Formats: sequence, structure tokens, C-alpha cells
Amino acid sequence: MNVRNLALSTALSLLCAGTAAAEDLRPAGKLLLTGGVTTVEGSAGGGLSSWAFIGGYETRDGVGANVHATYLNLPDYEFRAYGASVGLFDRVEVSYTRQDFDTQATGAKLGLGKGFTFHQDIFGAKLKVLGDAIYNQDSWVPQIAVGAQYKTADKGAVIGLLGGQHDDGVDYYVAATKVLLSESLVLNATLRATKANQTGLLGFGGPGHDRYSLQAEGSAGVLLTKRLLVGGEYRTKPNNLGLKESDWFDLFAAYAVNKNLSVTAAYADLGTIATFKGQRGLYLSLQAGF
Amino acid sequence: MIQALILAAALSTAPAFTVEHPSATHPGEEEVEAYVQADANAGTRPFAGDAMLKAFHGQAGIGRVVDEVVDRSLADPRTAEIFHSQDMVRLRRTLREQFCYILDGGCRYSGRDMKAAHKDLGLQNADFNALVENLQLAMDHEKIGFRDQNRFLAKLAPMQRQTVER
Repeated sequence: MNVRNLALSTALSLLCAGTAAAEDLRPAGKLLLTGGVTTVEGSAGGGLSSWAFIGGYETRDGVGANVHATYLNLPDYEFRAYGASVGLFDRVEVSYTRQDFDTQATGAKLGLGKGFTFHQDIFGAKLKVLGDAIYNQDSWVPQIAVGAQYKTADKGAVIGLLGGQHDDGVDYYVAATKVLLSESLVLNATLRATKANQTGLLGFGGPGHDRYSLQAEGSAGVLLTKRLLVGGEYRTKPNNLGLKESDWFDLFAAYAVNKNLSVTAAYADLGTIATFKGQRGLYLSLQAGF
Repeated sequence: MIQALILAAALSTAPAFTVEHPSATHPGEEEVEAYVQADANAGTRPFAGDAMLKAFHGQAGIGRVVDEVVDRSLADPRTAEIFHSQDMVRLRRTLREQFCYILDGGCRYSGRDMKAAHKDLGLQNADFNALVENLQLAMDHEKIGFRDQNRFLAKLAPMQRQTVER
């Protein structure tokens, strides 16, 4: 070994010693798609439903962040959401998302004015309480997480006119997620206690109905490759305002380009929104993690 | 005979630092401390039927997958350190036996149980997952169907609880 090689190998071993000291924090240690994608409410899950996964690609030995942008084009409205989340040690997830619900030309027909846009800020927190959706393939016990979403909508006056009792509120949910690897399936069931009208964009509670109701969310997907999950979701919603608020469903494809970028495309059916029926359209969401 | 006995006696009182003498039963491998051998050490029960063995292209395919995952993991900076000062000849053999046993390929597993085999390696979930990713690539390389890959991974996944120590 000549002097140059010796110097190089010494430098390398010093470098290794340096990284060894920091090896407890491990970047991007999870398997593809096992952080889920980002929902319209900012939590990790599918597109419409929050799952028990903790967002991002960090294991219990790491902390990671995600940003997302989501767009949903409906016949009479346009929905946008963008936000960020942090996953801590595959145990805790905190998130913030801002939703825009743009009434476009429909705003004039509703007497709100063209382009009238409802906004909502959603602050989410989720705690994984037991199980592991991936590793425990020898058991039926799912991964279970509990979460809360504090939502605050900005159009209090209009919400009041529609009969909404509050312009802010908190949703509480329990989510159970299981990956059945032997069947290449991903399953989720979520129970949500909520007062929210159209997830909170139209406020919370309604005339004569200002109390929590229990709503259910179900998702099922099949892994076609380690990068691609396709499936569907169904989410029940309360009808506090008496405006025939519909359940939501979608058919989605979530594709992990790599651990830094995922794309979700879906056909989403949001039913009737503020008396306008047949709100179905293309849902697109981009998620970047680091 | 007497000479041999004297030699054996002399050897048995020899200092204990000669642990790296070769294995008598497995040439090319280092001697290991005695342990109870049992198929149950493989950490999971084998598949029933021959569909999975076919999916892995028999014992030959299993051998190629094992060599590929070991080669990849040695070359992978995320995982290379795990194998530092490990007996790679023995690792390849016991891993082949384990996969072959699980896939019902007519092998017995002679290695240690999962907890003992990974003791003091200090594996983290990120290490376990990196090895899974390398195994997926090795199975891709062998052109094993994705659903069959997942069936096999479903058998290995619970071993996280015995192999990840921190």
C-alpha cells in the first residue's frame, strides 16, 4: 500500500467513524409506499381516508417530512389542497394542510359571486398505538392509530347562512391498517367522530343537529408492483345541513416514483355538493418527501 | 491410538483463542459454538405444495437468489457493514437451506434460530428493510412473479421481531 492509498483509506475510515456515530438516525428506511400517500386532509392514508400509517419513509429511528399538492377537478367546482407533514420515529405524525374549494362560475348561481372560494386550515396529529401493518404477517392484528384534526374554515358568515353552527371543529378518528402481503393487499378501516360538513369546508354542525356522529371509511388496494397500489375508498359523511351531502368514493392508483416522490391519480365521486349533483372528476396528488 | 489420545488431550488444554479453525463438517467454514439444530430454527413453517418452489425455479433458482441477495447486500453501502467479519461461506449455505426449507424444496435447515443468528448485530428496521429491498431485486433478477415474491416475504416479515434489536 503506497502512501496515497494509506491516506485515502485513513480518510475513509475516519469518515466511516463519523457516520457510525450518527447511525442511529436512518434516512428513508421504510419500504416503498409503506408511509401511504397524503389525503385531502393532510394525514397519511389514501386519497380520501386517513390510514394508520405514519407518513413519510422514516422508521422508528428517524424523522422525515413530506409536502403535498392535490387537485380535484369537478364539474361545478375545483378543489385544491396543499400542505406538509412530519413523521416522527414512525410513531407520531403532525400535519398541516390548507384546502381551497373554488366555486368558480357556480358561485354566481349560488349567489356567492363568481370564483367565491371557501378555505380551510387543517392541523392534524396522529399516534400509532399498536401493531405493525407490515411486519406482523403472522397475525391478523392490524396497525392501529388514533388521530385528531383541528379544522378552521374561513367563511363563517356564509357557513352561518347555510345553517352551519360553527366555523371550526375537531374530528377524532381511529384507523386500522393491514397489509396482507401473502395476498398483495392493503386494507384499511377508519371510524371518525365528526361534526364537519363537506369535511369542514361548509362548517360544523347544522340546524337541529349540532352533535358528533360516527362515520366510517374503508379502503382496499392491491399491490401490482412494489411501486404501484391500485384500489378504492369509500367514506360516509353526515348530512347536518340537510343539503343531501353525499358519501364519497374513489378509485385510485398510487405510484411511488422513488422514496422522494409519489403520484396519486384517482377518479373521485363526491356526489352532491351544495345542491349541485354529480361532482365526479379527476383527482391528482403529488407528494414529495425528504 | 495412545498418541492420538495424548494429542487430543494436549489440544483440549490449548488456549481458547484458536476459534477460527475450519469446520470439520463444512469445509471452508469457520467452527461455530455448538447449538441444537432443528428445522424450527428457520423461524417459520414451510409452504404446502410445490407452487412456491416452482415459482423460485427449484433449488437452482433458490441458490441464485441467495447468491444475488448476498452479493447485492455486500455491495450495498447501507448493508455491507452488517457482514463485516461474518463467515460468508456459512451464511450463504444456511440462507440457502433456510429458503429451501421454507419453500418446501426438500432441505433441512441446520443454522441457528433467528434470534441467535442475529445476536449483537445491532440491526435496525432500516437494515432489515434494506435487506428486503435487496431480496426483492434478487427475486426480480430471477424473474419471480411479484405476488409470489410477496408470499415469500410474508413468511420472512415476522422475523423482524427476532432480528431487529434496536
